[in-house]
Order: sequence, then C-alpha cells, then structure tokens
Amino acid sequence: MTIAIVRQRSLFGVVILASIYSFLMASVLIVLDAVDVAMTEASVGAGVSTVLLLATLHLVKTTEMNQVRPHLLPLFVSLGTGAVLVWGTLVLPPFGTPDAAIHKHVAPRYLADSIKETNVPNVVTSVLADYRGYDTLGETTVIFTAGIGVMLLLRKARRRNRRDDAETSQ
Amino acid sequence: MPALSIITDHYHYAITVFLMMAGLYIVVARGNMVKKLVGLSIFQTSVYLLYVEPGKIIGGTAPILDPAFTVYSNPLPHVLMLTAIVVGVATLALGLALVVRINEAYGTIEEDEIFEMDRDT
Repeated sequence: MTIAIVRQRSLFGVVILASIYSFLMASVLIVLDAVDVAMTEASVGAGVSTVLLLATLHLVKTTEMNQVRPHLLPLFVSLGTGAVLVWGTLVLPPFGTPDAAIHKHVAPRYLADSIKETNVPNVVTSVLADYRGYDTLGETTVIFTAGIGVMLLLRKARRRNRRDDAETSQ
Repeated sequence: MPALSIITDHYHYAITVFLMMAGLYIVVARGNMVKKLVGLSIFQTSVYLLYVEPGKIIGGTAPILDPAFTVYSNPLPHVLMLTAIVVGVATLALGLALVVRINEAYGTIEEDEIFEMDRDT
C-alpha cells in the first residue's frame, strides 16, 4: 500500500490510497486497544484530510510529472536511517509485556485514581481533559494559529483574483 | 533461541520504521508538493504506531474502567497521539493552503519547475 503511494503518479490515486491507508491504520490502532485514537484517526485522518487534499487537487494540476532528479541518494539516506533506527529498537522492551518501564510511571496512578478524582470511566478522556489539560490548551492554540494562517493565505488570493476579474472586465 | 525471540519481540518496531522511512523517502525524493504532504502524513501515522505500540499489554483491554476487567493498556500514549492527530491535520491544512498559493503564483506545484523559474528570473 505504501509502496503504491510512492509509485503512483496520478495524485487522485495517491489521495484515495492515503485515505484507505488511514482506515487501515485505524483498524490497527483498535487492535492495539487505542480505541479513542482509532476513532479520531478514522474521522480526521481518513475524513477531513481526504476532503482537504481533494479540495486542493480541485485547484491544482492532478498529475505528477516524471522525475528528472536522482533518487538514489534519498533512497540510500532512508535505508541508512531506517537501519540505524531498527538497530536502536532492539534494546527496547519486547511487545506487550506489563513490566516495561512505560507501565510503571504515572499510568498506574491514572488508572487507579481517575474514577475517584474525576468520575469518568474512560481514562483517556480524564487524562486528556483533566490531568493533562494544558496539552489540550496548547493543541487548540496550534489549531487556532493554523486556522488564522489558512484564512490569511487564501483570503489574499481571493481578493487578488477579484481585482484581476475587475481589470479584465473594464 | 535468543535471535528468534529478538525478531518476534521487536518486528513491530521494524514495521513502524519501514512506514517512517517510506514517508521520509516521499518527502525527500518527490518534487510534487501534494505528494510531499501525503508523505508527511504517512510519517505521522508511523509516529502514532511508535507511541501506541509500547502501551499495549497482551491480555489487556482498552483503558475504559469497568469492574469486569483488571488489566488495561497504558492510556498516556493514547492521549498524546490524540493531540498529535489533531495538530497534524491543522499543519496539513496550512501546508495545503501554501500549496494553493504557490500554484497561483507560479502556475505549478512541481519543485523542479519552480526552481527553474526562479533561476530564469
């Protein structure tokens, strides 16, 4: 699937494959017990992102031109970095063991106390909105800034288009 | 069989790294900007996997408290990745808006053609 996205030259094909890929990723996340993340990935990754990409393709050319640049060096860099990363993961704790360091830190406290302190059975919700509320504040700040950026970029373009239309009609 | 157990315990990291490097390759090697952004999204999904995978406990269940279960997966990576997904779509929207503007200014979204135009002027 990923290789198909790399090879595909038609950008419509790329976008649709990316959407299917997001749904597959959501199913993988369900298997990994991350149901909240999977729901968000299915709605945001496969839904909103696809709509945004298709809206962009409506405005630009939809076929990718043939490559003239060399692609051996990026391939080599990717493979090299990947090999180093795989080598680095070999010392990490094995998959699915309950005594890994990640399960000994704050997570047991969240699981034990969240029902007492917040009265919310879904621990992900209570951590997101309560214990780590500042993260969510930062997240909304990022979205706000990005929204302002998108509006500024696109509004300028629209106004200039209108001026061009007015000039040609005179 | 230590070698075999290393492979069976850690192959999920190899899958993650493969997706990560596929995204990196698209971003570096492809000149089309929409495709670069799709590559960036693939890189992002691999990071979700990288965070969520260590949080899984075999035999555990999703972290929604219920008297019927005692072992839950780690909720903290899930929270972090929820934030990351939403921030990711915000940056994707900003990148696509930039692509639309570049397309209006240059008439193309291929990096090589844009470089040539810049060289000519």
